[in-house]
Amino acid sequence: MTTYLLNRLAIAVITLVLASMVVFAVLEIIPGDPARLMLGMNANADQVELLRNQMGLNAPLALRYLHWAGGLLSLDFGRSYTYSVPVIDLVRERVVVSLPLALIALALSTIIAIPVGLFSAGRHGRAGDTIATGAAQLGVAVPNFWFALMLIYLFAVWLRLVPAGGFPGWSAGVWPALKSLVLPAIALALPQAAILARVTRSALIEVLNEDYIRTARAKGLPYRAVLWRHALRNAMIPVLTILGLQFAFLLAGTIIIENVFYLPGLGRLVFQAITQRDLIVVESVVMLLVAAVIAVNLLVDLSYAVVDPRLRSRQ
Amino acid sequence: MTLRFDIPEENFADILVKAFTNRSFLAGFVITALVAAVAIVSFFWTPFDVTKLIIADKTQAPSPAHWFGTDHFGRDILSMIMVGARNSIAVALVAVGIGMGIGVPLGAFAAARGGIADEAVMRLNDLVFAFPALLSAIMITAIFGPGALNAIIAIGIFNIPVFARVARAGALAIWPRDFILAARAAGKGKTLITLEHVLPNIVTLLLVQGTIQFALGILAEAGLSYVGLGTQPPMPSWGRMLFDAQTRMVAAPWMAIFPGMAIVVTVLGLNLLGDGIADILDPRSRRQR
Amino acid sequence: MKLWKTILTAAGLVVATGTSAFAVRTDLVIGITLEPPHLDPTAGAAAAIDEVLYANVFEGLTRIGPNGEVLPDLAESWTVSDDGKVYTFKLHTGVKFHDGTDFNADDVKFSLDRARADNSVNAQKGLFAAIDTVEVADPGTVKITLKNPQSSFLYNMGWGDAVIVAPETADTNKEKPVGTGPFRFQSWAKGSSITLIKSDTYWGAPVSLDKAEFRIVPDAAAAIPALLSGDVQAFPFFPDPDSVAQVKDDPRFKVVIGATEGETILSINNKKPPFDRLQVRQAISFALDRKAIIDGASAGLGVPIGSHMSPANKAYVDLTGLYPHNVERARELLKEAGLENGFKATLKLPPPPYARLGGEIIASQLRDVGIDLQIVPVEWAQWLDQVFTKKDYDLTIVSHTEPNDIDIYSRKDYYFNYDNPTFDKIIADLNLTSDEAKRMTLLGEAQKILADDAVVGFLYELPKAGVWDAKLEGFWENAPIQANDLTKVKWTE
Repeated sequence: MTTYLLNRLAIAVITLVLASMVVFAVLEIIPGDPARLMLGMNANADQVELLRNQMGLNAPLALRYLHWAGGLLSLDFGRSYTYSVPVIDLVRERVVVSLPLALIALALSTIIAIPVGLFSAGRHGRAGDTIATGAAQLGVAVPNFWFALMLIYLFAVWLRLVPAGGFPGWSAGVWPALKSLVLPAIALALPQAAILARVTRSALIEVLNEDYIRTARAKGLPYRAVLWRHALRNAMIPVLTILGLQFAFLLAGTIIIENVFYLPGLGRLVFQAITQRDLIVVESVVMLLVAAVIAVNLLVDLSYAVVDPRLRSRQ
Repeated sequence: MTLRFDIPEENFADILVKAFTNRSFLAGFVITALVAAVAIVSFFWTPFDVTKLIIADKTQAPSPAHWFGTDHFGRDILSMIMVGARNSIAVALVAVGIGMGIGVPLGAFAAARGGIADEAVMRLNDLVFAFPALLSAIMITAIFGPGALNAIIAIGIFNIPVFARVARAGALAIWPRDFILAARAAGKGKTLITLEHVLPNIVTLLLVQGTIQFALGILAEAGLSYVGLGTQPPMPSWGRMLFDAQTRMVAAPWMAIFPGMAIVVTVLGLNLLGDGIADILDPRSRRQR
Repeated sequence: MKLWKTILTAAGLVVATGTSAFAVRTDLVIGITLEPPHLDPTAGAAAAIDEVLYANVFEGLTRIGPNGEVLPDLAESWTVSDDGKVYTFKLHTGVKFHDGTDFNADDVKFSLDRARADNSVNAQKGLFAAIDTVEVADPGTVKITLKNPQSSFLYNMGWGDAVIVAPETADTNKEKPVGTGPFRFQSWAKGSSITLIKSDTYWGAPVSLDKAEFRIVPDAAAAIPALLSGDVQAFPFFPDPDSVAQVKDDPRFKVVIGATEGETILSINNKKPPFDRLQVRQAISFALDRKAIIDGASAGLGVPIGSHMSPANKAYVDLTGLYPHNVERARELLKEAGLENGFKATLKLPPPPYARLGGEIIASQLRDVGIDLQIVPVEWAQWLDQVFTKKDYDLTIVSHTEPNDIDIYSRKDYYFNYDNPTFDKIIADLNLTSDEAKRMTLLGEAQKILADDAVVGFLYELPKAGVWDAKLEGFWENAPIQANDLTKVKWTE
């Protein structure tokens, strides 16, 4: 088991290194000169060149990569071209928006999905199940940005219950800050909840068909007890797997939602940084997100191995 | 997660009977066929010309002439949704094709060879998988410029590891089975076994995953076009229509409602179809997402 | 369900009335589309820097007023020598920077010398090109000597790029701007908002607002709900005039349409075949239906132009009749050019709605005469790189927002690739002419040449759509420069 762990860890590290090279290479070929963008239409070529030198854009490619990658290792992410502040500060400011948003969305989707899944599996094939699975089907089909638009007009513009967008900052108080995260979290959570509910349901139904469940039922245990005590626990593994994947998705995939609600999160930071050619920010934030995904994938891989020893032995 | 597969033993007639008694399949089939029909009809006929801008007719509410109203350039929204269906289907279909065409051979190869080959393929997959899909799509379009083709490539690339994983997992579960062992004992090579025995047994799985990815592809195209990186005008696209609609939600809500519903209905239809196929061909298989 | 709606609405009412119950407010949230990359107006071209800081935090010797006029600012008065080369500025006394240090002539010399130094990264170095020396006569007087007379010098000193900064804080202004204005910088939550608060030590007339927050709202899609929900109370530069219709009839808001200095044009790469031929460019001009473009891309609010000059300018000559919308004529011209079967070209569009919306309409109009345009949306970074710097384009749409910028057509290597010695001569003469009537004649000729040559497709003067709470007053109606001067803004109830 220890070798397996080390093996997986090594793989994660290799993926991370490869990813850093890909990210760096990709940003090298993105057209657009950050110096020219900062100086605008009236600056001449000499001024642009001067600024390029000041920004260190004219150093050799390999040197810049090593400098950047070395910096990442010591948690020195460099300075933003456009904001001229350390990238780590920008990240710190944005993580406090994106992380709570992802967590709230995850919590919301779990709170909705697990009971719906349980309910559905418990009434497998009956009317209640049909309605619940139908609703879940619909939920999966709704684009979250469209849903977000509808939510904004209903709750922010028409009812004026919550802000239409923006983020006052946690310094403005926990409640105002939370309020501005409510709609984005719902918009993110609902389609995810629909997926999770479906997985929960089918995992439960699968488990309910297992012999030991039949045995438990044959012993005369009440159906609800079987469902909660035995089935849910055993169905948890695929559900947790999906949850893990969803977290990675939520953390990184909020770009559109953060734009719709103009929340100053990581997704919007990276989106803005790309348009402003703030390459150092793009590189670092993308690497952070990639690292998060790799970490979650690592955990998922480990859980697979726990479930299915055959896969483990193949390594 | 243990995956189990059965070789379909029923004949075609049985499957047909099952298909027409499966509500999910029926509903999905009808919806998908309808969307496909609309897309095909749009090649020959639409109520109005979608390339003609009539500014004087801008943002008209739904009426007998324009059932779904007109957009900010006076184009008929129903006609645009019809032509947009074409675009959505094409983008998603090609993206699934890319994913299957590259991902399945990779996954099957990895499962058959094992060892270093498996490692290499799976690491490559991990690498693609490690990038949040939308983020990479944005970077790809930042390099090559926005457009339908680049959207297809961006979505397609992310379908590769999905199919590779499904194919590999499916194949891995098939390899230890008795009939494979028998084939190996008979001296068949790994490639031949993969083609003759493994792939036919994971077709169901791939078909189901294919419909899921097709539906996700439609959502992804809509998302990319919504942020302005996907399909470009004058080609109508559902996501693009929503992009245009969002600044006019109060004055012209129909601009947002109908294209959004078109996306929901199409994705719903495909997902139902996928579920139905899974139920019919392989009652015990489960969806992978 | 019904009960739920009642409860929701009731709760909504409580929230809504709760916020409007205050008496006269002194705080304001202003929406801006682009976040400034940093907060130093002397070190960047981004208009967003001036939108936040101009006249609010930073001040110059002179300043530009609401209608483009030059007003005294830190310089209380000035005299000009007879040869027009020496300007002597008398400065206000008792002016303090926000960090508590005193303002005097040394700061003026420092700021101007810094801006025109060899290693300066000032984005508008041209503004200072005429300056020969800056001398401190006494702490309250500055003498600036020019290399040659320059009629626009006082105007130039009013730009955001020419504001006066203190030597102690010049290097940290990007993060923590320190100026002499009525507001001082309080905080900047990156990606979210920039907050200014009233300065207690301001030398001039006190302002009404205690606090002004500039909220970054990236696009019109977000701006409309932000306004309607009351999160943001003013959008002096509303990002998309076409969507202003959403709030035009709402009594809670004032919608004010003003003028800008932005000539919106369909730029043509004059050296790239077939656009190097006059007939082709003229055909394009005939193919354009300005009314449809203005209606579709700008809600009918722009004023059509026929050459590169704002209709508000004294020197304006109406040349819009030169190329009326005439599809037949356009086709004839293309035929003369041997292109009766039409041709394909690309249209690169930067992000603003006027370009993206206008581009779709223009593509459709040019398709009617047989020119098949492929629309290529680009970000500003790509636009500057590909179109502006490398001139790798066929057609593009952009609004040239700098005032009095007809001389760009004479600039060597400018992205139009236009080269006309006659025109260059007129601009050269113009720079040496100070007689007003003569200048007008020359400017008129210049406009005529550009229109005759159909150098670009002249579309319309970009309108400035401002939307703000009906209870607010004091915003600029027009936009002679891109700024949000808050010195006169106040709540009326």
